[in-house]
Amino acid sequence: MAASPQTIDDVAAGLRSVGYLPGESTALVSFLAAKLGKPILVEGPAGVGKTELARALSAYLDRRLVRLQCYEGLDEAKALYEWNYRKQLLRIQAEAEGAGWQEVQDDIFGEEFLLERPLMSAIASPEPVVLLIDEIDKTDQEFEAMLLELLSDFQISIPELGLFEARTRPIVLLTSNNTRELTEALKRRCLYLWLDYPQLEHELAIVKLHTPDLDDAVARKLVEVIAMVRELDLKKPPSIAESVDWARALLLLGADDIDSATFTQTLSIIVKHRTDLDVVTERVGMKLPVRATSAGQP
Amino acid sequence: MPRPPASRRAALYGATAPEHAPPGLAAHLLQFGEELRGEGVAVGTSELLDAFEVLREVPWTALADFREGLAATLAKSQEDRRVFDLVFDRFFFRATELAAVREGVTESGGIDAAGAELNLETLRQEIARALRDGAEGRMRDLARLAIAAFGRQGEGSGVIGVDVQRIRRSLGLRAEAQPDLPPDDPRHDGLPREAIRRFEALLRRELERAQIERTESLPPARPLNELDRALPSGPLQDLAAVHRVVAQLKRRLKTQGQESRGVKRHAHVDVRRTMRASLETGGVPVVLKYKPVRPRRPEIYVLCDVSTSVTSASVFFLSVLHALHDSFRKMRSFVFIERISEVTDVFERERDFKAVSDAIGRDAGVADISGYTDYGRVWNEFAQLVEDDLHPRATVIVLGDARTNGRDPRADIFATVAARAGRTFWLNPEPRLYWNYGDSVIAAYERYCEAFECWTTGQLEDFVKALTRPVSAR
Repeated sequence: MAASPQTIDDVAAGLRSVGYLPGESTALVSFLAAKLGKPILVEGPAGVGKTELARALSAYLDRRLVRLQCYEGLDEAKALYEWNYRKQLLRIQAEAEGAGWQEVQDDIFGEEFLLERPLMSAIASPEPVVLLIDEIDKTDQEFEAMLLELLSDFQISIPELGLFEARTRPIVLLTSNNTRELTEALKRRCLYLWLDYPQLEHELAIVKLHTPDLDDAVARKLVEVIAMVRELDLKKPPSIAESVDWARALLLLGADDIDSATFTQTLSIIVKHRTDLDVVTERVGMKLPVRATSAGQP
Repeated sequence: MPRPPASRRAALYGATAPEHAPPGLAAHLLQFGEELRGEGVAVGTSELLDAFEVLREVPWTALADFREGLAATLAKSQEDRRVFDLVFDRFFFRATELAAVREGVTESGGIDAAGAELNLETLRQEIARALRDGAEGRMRDLARLAIAAFGRQGEGSGVIGVDVQRIRRSLGLRAEAQPDLPPDDPRHDGLPREAIRRFEALLRRELERAQIERTESLPPARPLNELDRALPSGPLQDLAAVHRVVAQLKRRLKTQGQESRGVKRHAHVDVRRTMRASLETGGVPVVLKYKPVRPRRPEIYVLCDVSTSVTSASVFFLSVLHALHDSFRKMRSFVFIERISEVTDVFERERDFKAVSDAIGRDAGVADISGYTDYGRVWNEFAQLVEDDLHPRATVIVLGDARTNGRDPRADIFATVAARAGRTFWLNPEPRLYWNYGDSVIAAYERYCEAFECWTTGQLEDFVKALTRPVSAR
């Protein structure tokens, strides 16, 4: 293991060093997760850096990131393990003559014939990893129940093979967009972390980290406008990634102020719905100053 | 299983408390957990054990970390977190004050308003600036200063709420802009509402502290009320908040009905796809392919009251209707006041909620003579409109307050409608307390349908659960 954090400040500094600015409780909960070996359940609106946190943790701790993207209908075969039927068949055919039933049966249910899926490979890995179970709320409840064994004991029971215990303890992150209530049993096994859109200063720091060349005044204006846009009733409020994108775009365009013309031109970077576009132009665009000099005007 | 009394539980778990913690912290934590349970947060033993484990890693002296650490283990949803914060403040504040009273510790000195030369105007400016910047620490100090400066004029009213408001007024803290002040005054553009609320909470706390010190006893603990509990974006009057909840609901509706399939999910083998897959293994069907199970999508008829008695609720209802339309393909919507009018096509034509509500207001054809709901007539017309289409798999949902303005409820027609449809639900925007008072006749209808009170989003979710549960229950 490359790094084992000793204090909360270590974690905060470490995450910062890989380009992720943790909020006040993010560092603490990550630290606890590493110390106690408990999974973290991260909830929050889309685009506040839930997945990014896993990536940053893996970079900081120098662990491999194993990612399981959840979706409706995900089952054991795709998440845990699957028997390699084809290989088993071949094996049976190759051995068909002579070998006894018992031998073949012992043979074909060995680790050799196991196809590792993300969850399995996360705990089977000789080096500890960071396991990201993304958008757990997209799966159904049966899948959640299946996760319980893995999350509390870090083991998987395979009927034909017996108990498969973790060689190393992964740091587990589960993310959820809160589209459905997760079961109590799952929540009980996790530390809970709610990520929200960052405060003004925090977001400013994030933007500055990613676009260090952007003018201070423009960056501040940008986060203020973003905060204003998030206040509105939109289908999809702009995420942090989008504010960073916008900052990059402004940098490329060489904008030295966000006036209503620049805003309208670059609006599509932060707002991605037609109806939202109208609302934002109407409510926020009006508040921005029209450029006094005619430099940017057509 | 009976739970052991608090004292014994403390002894049980005492061993897991961190050694460097002061004596009694374990007991306090358990008591804290108990209070959280009292406020409806599901805190299990395993959560408490986790909390103790966290305290091994986090020094209890670091307030922010202590709080976040506990929150991460004890509060597992945003709503719980809100309650946690409130209970945390209340509990540890009271615990500290109780200890102070027991030990006879009083805060001597403090800030003497007369002694320290306070320029009141400077103080006003300072406080306004702290609020604008959201500087929590400075706000706390200034709250004490403010009480020292403004609180004692007329020696306090004895009622803390009144004192808080008086101090706030004399500080001139307002959320709206005050253009008559000079432009460099932080109050000129108005202050953030949230900061004012926090400052008021700080004032309240400092006043409480002073009161406890004076009387040397703790006032009785006040349970949290609904208003405290609600998330800041909770109230339904806030249309944006309604939309957020409805958007969430929409996603939930889409996934619901798929969770409880359980046994049935692998019911049917798709022969065609299985054969096709078997080609790979030389015609031996090794991999079975299943037919995907489609979630149940009931046919829904919704009737929505849009009369004046439910004005505040009908916006909410319309947005619910809007959300339902996105999730259920076979759905017909009606709005009614005195007469009924079908608005299904309006919802299908318009994707935008605002356009929908405009269109309904404009040309739904419910422009009535009296503007009073006439349920009897509505049932009659509804029965005629959909008579042939209703069947046992259909669901009828009525959104209304069941206030007939003294007219005949005609529950008999409603009964025949309910009998023809598979399920009938009634959503009433009034608290159950007001049901059947005045001209409300919900009892007459309740016999034929399931009635829900529905004025918070939580209740709406309960209803959605009922709506999407399997029909076999009946």
